[in-house]
Amino acid sequence: MEQILGLITGVLFGFLLQKGEVLRYERQVGFMLLKDMTIIKFMFSAVLVGMVGIYALHGAGVISLSLKATHVAAIVLGGLLFGVGWAIAGYCPGTSVGALAEGRVHAVWAILGMLVGAALYAEVYPVLTNTILSWGNYGKITLPQMLGVSPWLVIIVFIAVGLGMFYWFEKKEL
Amino acid sequence: MAGALVGVLAVLSVLVTTLVLDKPKYLGASTTFVRAAGLIEASVDAEHVAQNAYFTSKKVKVDWQMLFVVGIFIGAFVSARLGASSKLETVPPIWKDRFGTSAVTRAMGAFIGGCILLFGARMAGGCPSGHGLSGNMQLAVSGLLALVFFIIGGIFTARLVYGKGGA
Repeated sequence: MEQILGLITGVLFGFLLQKGEVLRYERQVGFMLLKDMTIIKFMFSAVLVGMVGIYALHGAGVISLSLKATHVAAIVLGGLLFGVGWAIAGYCPGTSVGALAEGRVHAVWAILGMLVGAALYAEVYPVLTNTILSWGNYGKITLPQMLGVSPWLVIIVFIAVGLGMFYWFEKKEL
Repeated sequence: MAGALVGVLAVLSVLVTTLVLDKPKYLGASTTFVRAAGLIEASVDAEHVAQNAYFTSKKVKVDWQMLFVVGIFIGAFVSARLGASSKLETVPPIWKDRFGTSAVTRAMGAFIGGCILLFGARMAGGCPSGHGLSGNMQLAVSGLLALVFFIIGGIFTARLVYGKGGA
């Protein structure tokens, strides 16, 4: 059942990624060159809608959160490394698979590179656990917890900022 | 519009998996590359994988997320066919402007980029799906921090590699 649910969710996600035109190297690199905001508009729309739904259900006690720990050093360095590879490959892990399905055959090399990158990470992981992964770990925290405010206040601010950005992108025709 | 529907899909996935599996499944993709690499390595040297601390912590198996990633391929394929928007592409235009028409050069770039980005994603604990979408939907500090640094690294590198990206 777990696998069936994963497959159905993935099919719907892949369908929407393709419809949103975010499976394209041009869109991804275009964003990084600050010329095309398609992928960021797509992601912000998803996140703004998602946070309302997640916190509505969480507030009602129906679902639980699944937070990733805040390892500051590892997130900053790993995040920057991700960005370096992302700009060169033009795909992220999720979009690479969809891009291949859309006919962008060069994505297959990015996918193979990712498998090698994953294997390399597994080899150096023991060294990282005692170093960078242990530096500045603040645990599984949320923005409202850190700021000591209601999640809905944070959500309202995010929605206001998001709408402001959409308006600005439209004006600049990005 | 498709983006907003991804938000709805992500929330529905958490709700349905909570009700059916009794554990929430938030969207993510990069751990699947670890499990897939583990499965491939295990076919050559099972002992090595069994003794690796990272593979054992991520449990090398065919799980929800691996099928989710397989599903992305199927969904994108169906959508591209139905909408007649499939496009055979070996070298994308921005790359061509900078590095020429060689498919081999592009393959090497994609491979090296993929290798670096997945290593970085695992160090950061997630990719634009797990941190960017799922983390930020939960208002996670880790999600926002990761997304900001993904973008900083990407913008800086893109400018360095492609210049201003031609026309």
